[in-house]
Amino acid sequence: MADEAIKISGKKKSFFIDKVKELLPEGGNLNLCLTCGACSSGCPATGLEGLDPRKFLRMAALGMDDEIKASKWPWMCTMCQRCIYVCPMKIDIPQLVFNARGLTPRENRPKGIRESCDMALKVDTCSAMGCSAEDFEFVVGDILEEIKGAEPFWEERDLQAPIDKEGAEFFVNQNSREPMTEPEEMGPLWKILNLAGADWTYGSKAWTGENYCLFLADNESWKNIVVKQAAQTEALGCKTYLNTE
Amino acid sequence: MYEYYAKWIREGKLKVNSDWNKDLKVKFTVQDPCQIVRKTFGDPIAEDLRFVVKSVVGEENFIDMVPNRSNNYCCGGGGGFLQSGYKEERLTYGKLKDSQIQTTGATYCIAGCHNCHAQIHELSHHYGGHYNVVHLWTLICLSMGVLGENERTYLGEDLAEVYPPNVYLQK
Repeated sequence: MADEAIKISGKKKSFFIDKVKELLPEGGNLNLCLTCGACSSGCPATGLEGLDPRKFLRMAALGMDDEIKASKWPWMCTMCQRCIYVCPMKIDIPQLVFNARGLTPRENRPKGIRESCDMALKVDTCSAMGCSAEDFEFVVGDILEEIKGAEPFWEERDLQAPIDKEGAEFFVNQNSREPMTEPEEMGPLWKILNLAGADWTYGSKAWTGENYCLFLADNESWKNIVVKQAAQTEALGCKTYLNTE
Repeated sequence: MYEYYAKWIREGKLKVNSDWNKDLKVKFTVQDPCQIVRKTFGDPIAEDLRFVVKSVVGEENFIDMVPNRSNNYCCGGGGGFLQSGYKEERLTYGKLKDSQIQTTGATYCIAGCHNCHAQIHELSHHYGGHYNVVHLWTLICLSMGVLGENERTYLGEDLAEVYPPNVYLQK
């Protein structure tokens, strides 16, 4: 548990919590806290920056918007939702955290997350690491040849890693980390899909699984990327968008 | 993806088995990814994940963390924490996960999520647990005897040279 008490200055100044309530079904149950502490006792972020989920919610309820805005804790909560899972009132603290991230001007949000989002917006592959369609195609082809060359079994099985195969059942996404830093990790997945007889494809556009704009709490950009992923899946006529994770 | 792995194993398409680990008895635990389990599909997919893992490493070689499934602790790699720049706090956050893993005594933690994989890998080094962190696809292919030489980056020395027979070539 965080050990310092919350200090309040008297009159409620502003209404961040009310704005978040308006966004959520049932107001996210944000005014139902029984202060039992189940959230905080099982939260790995408890104690970081002197905060915990219960204390954070209490600050919001007391209108301590300036303190919430100044706190770095919303970037240390992963919004894993365990607090909701154990909460007897199912209070949506993670959404409060998500919207608290949005209180920081975009340019002041953590650089690493922001730049990953910005990079994804720049390329039509939506890769946070800036992997182009050409680079992706090259790496995939290279690894495929390597596997088939090393093991005749895969030549016989006609191992494939299609890009933009129309009408495939599965649109399979891929984290940029694989093609960019450890491409040989893609092979096992292709082998499994081959042996299972799955009809699948990658896309030349929006093939990436990651979406840092979500973590950045940049709603427009987050949506922008999800829309591109859905559009590519639909353009190819795939029935299922399959996350490799 | 786990539900498809499980489905394809049940349908007999993926001919996985745990014979390779019968004598080796290498112990595994698994990280339930928050996004897939608690936040999206719930306990049923955690069961599918365990079905796949047990089919591949052997039921007697699987040790669950406590708590687990929808009640599992986040590892600290999610929500952008890995890219936020707050490394020290991220490692402090992950101490709970590290001690959960070390308590199982398993020498391998299976992480299907990329963020989990990167974070737990770092926790293993940082806190000196020296357990290995592997993708699920690595073990599925290993068990069927189709894991290539270049696909073993995350295997420890004990499994780096383990090449079970390709089950699709045995008639």
